[in-house]
Amino acid sequence: MAPLFMSPHLSLHLLLLAALAPLLGAVLVGLWGTSLGGNVLGRRLCHGLAILGVLVSFVLSAWTLWVVSTTGERFEQTLYSWMQIGSLNMEVGFLIDGLTALMMCVVTFVSLMVHIYTMGYMEEDEGYNRFFAYISLFTFAMLMLVMSNNLLQLFFGWEGVGLVSYLLIGFWFNKPSAVFANMKAFLVNRVGDFGFILGIGLIVAYTGSLNYTEIFAKSTELKGLLLPGTDWSLLSVVCICLFIGAMGKSAQFPLHVWLPDSMEGPTPISALIHAATMVTAGIFMVSRMSPYFELSDTALNLVLVVGSITALFMGFLGIIQNDIKRVVAYSTLSQLGYMTVALGVSAYPIAIFHLMTHAFFKALLFLAAGSVIMGVHHNQDIRYMGGLKKHMPITWITSLIGSLALIGTPFFSGFYSKDSIIEAVLASDLPGSGFAKWAVMVGVFVTAFYSFRMYFLVFHGEERYHLVPQVEGEHGDHGDSQDHHGSHVPHESPWVVTLPLVLLAIPSVFIGFLSIEGVLYSDLLHSALTVLSDHHPVMHELASEFESPLAMAVGAFTGLPFALAFLGVLSAYYCYRVNPRVPDWVAHKLSWVVQLLEHKYYMDWFNEQVLARFTRLLGRFLWQEGDQRVIDGYLVNGSWRLMALASRWIKPLQTGYLYHYALVMILGVFLLMTWFVWIKP
Amino acid sequence: MTITLGHFLTLGAILFALSVTGIFLNRKNIIVILMAIELMLLAVNMNFVAFSHYLNDIQGQVFVFFILTVAAAESAIGLAILVLLFRNRSTIHVDELNTLKG
Repeated sequence: MAPLFMSPHLSLHLLLLAALAPLLGAVLVGLWGTSLGGNVLGRRLCHGLAILGVLVSFVLSAWTLWVVSTTGERFEQTLYSWMQIGSLNMEVGFLIDGLTALMMCVVTFVSLMVHIYTMGYMEEDEGYNRFFAYISLFTFAMLMLVMSNNLLQLFFGWEGVGLVSYLLIGFWFNKPSAVFANMKAFLVNRVGDFGFILGIGLIVAYTGSLNYTEIFAKSTELKGLLLPGTDWSLLSVVCICLFIGAMGKSAQFPLHVWLPDSMEGPTPISALIHAATMVTAGIFMVSRMSPYFELSDTALNLVLVVGSITALFMGFLGIIQNDIKRVVAYSTLSQLGYMTVALGVSAYPIAIFHLMTHAFFKALLFLAAGSVIMGVHHNQDIRYMGGLKKHMPITWITSLIGSLALIGTPFFSGFYSKDSIIEAVLASDLPGSGFAKWAVMVGVFVTAFYSFRMYFLVFHGEERYHLVPQVEGEHGDHGDSQDHHGSHVPHESPWVVTLPLVLLAIPSVFIGFLSIEGVLYSDLLHSALTVLSDHHPVMHELASEFESPLAMAVGAFTGLPFALAFLGVLSAYYCYRVNPRVPDWVAHKLSWVVQLLEHKYYMDWFNEQVLARFTRLLGRFLWQEGDQRVIDGYLVNGSWRLMALASRWIKPLQTGYLYHYALVMILGVFLLMTWFVWIKP
Repeated sequence: MTITLGHFLTLGAILFALSVTGIFLNRKNIIVILMAIELMLLAVNMNFVAFSHYLNDIQGQVFVFFILTVAAAESAIGLAILVLLFRNRSTIHVDELNTLKG
């Protein structure tokens, strides 16, 4: 290793190894650890292989980040030319810059933690090896997505992670609700991907390339163009199409509906895929496409408004949820909204920074939630927990750290990213920023309230875990594993579960303080992202105001966000510790609001009753009228009917008598002769 | 009276017309049809020989030999089919052999 550190350069082989090691693990475990290959590999070998693959990947990613951040190297190389259509090259290649290196580290680190955690969480599950194969495959697809140097490979990774997400949401495929949820996730993502692929198609049509460097070089040429036949700016249309893709993957309103339901999957994947990495692919993609988004204020405004709506209104939903995983899921939606808001105000580095800190503390919260679920024997309802603090000390302290990071307590990692987002929104002068300012501020209060509502209900107060209804129906639906229910005393989880919690809690506390300067105000990300400072001066203003992480945290104690967060915690404390009658009283007084929230703003109702019903009606119409009547009726059956009719007319000609045939033949010859001899000349 | 080309061609035409009529009018026997076909070929041969003589071109007569050979082969096959047909259907009556119809 010495030469590597003497002259740090990115090498293709090591990058390739970083991407392929998890794939190798996934293939080995998936083929020979499952019934496909006859269960040749045992459990220990399987988790060993999978973890080894991801560990190799993590070490190489960390090394990549170290090289990129110290030397500022930008590595771009095409590996393989898949096919060429006309002048369009479809290639596989790597583009490694600050953005990619950072994403690689986040992905592989969280993935490694989740791999270790899974050893404990899935211990009793029959699909143990299959699960490892899936999450290793996920890591590979996600790495392909972030390391790509072209849109096609990005799309490959994008669909790859979508596929694994589908497989893992429906991991317990015997559960109807899980099958429903994975189908829903898949379908909603198709809507987003439709927009995404339209955007890619437009880019290919106007630049003739898929390669980032080439398409970014042409971004200014595209600026003045209009979409043919309309007076819409081409770039705005492209960016909006791409953003629709991001809305699907990153679960932005109104395509967010799949994410809460995806909690049907096992908790480790909720942490890895539906909180830390896959759902942030949309944020990554918009940041990667920043040279385009920067040129379209229309698209940025849309991004900003959609992000604000998601940040605020999904937070509200978190308040009334009783399923521990769903609370965290809505919190994830809300935080993804914050990242999108940061994208909207052109603060791409801040969005990536929040993505990174969020990955740590949200993975932590999810894994802690999983640990709690194990501790109380697969009950997920927070109304039947309480007082777990003394039974599960490590889970308790790490959850507290995660929650404090989430609500933006000064000095914690979440504070630095979230406060930067709020600062950026306040500094923005886009038309949508008026609403966004309001939304992110209220969002701070809401986040603090639901986080600590959950925290107090789970870890403090009287012990209610023995009150859990024994009926399988209500909670068995959400139950992670089915074999033991009951009201034994909760127990702390084994070390494979608590170790990842501790390892994630450390960056949740410190990473913001340590890396804010490096991530936001150095060249690491700025060299990878494009911000037109003249036009969108937000990052510039923030950089000029920034002094040090310490000063920022100290200054925040007098700021409005801190006051709101503090108020949120305080009201959660009052409502759920001091005077538990308050929530009921509020729910009684504002029953229509509660109704609205319990039905998730009637989004599912709207989708199922209006969109799905209309689509089914349209499908039935096309099936009955188009397929059955026109194609089957007129074209397929019609053609044989026509032939039958025609042959019924000419059938009598074929009598079977030889002399009739001979007569016709002679007549034919006679007519032809007449034609050729007398008429034609 | 000298016999001219016209006489030969008229004889050929009469033979041809006879054979065509034979095919059409015959309702009884496939053998008659085969014979009528032979007669048709002979009518053609008559024209070949006549033209060959009057044009002083031997090729026409060469062609006649080919036609005779083919005609012989054809009647052999035709009769063989006829025998098989009779074995299968016990008849060679034309009106009864009409299974090939629409």
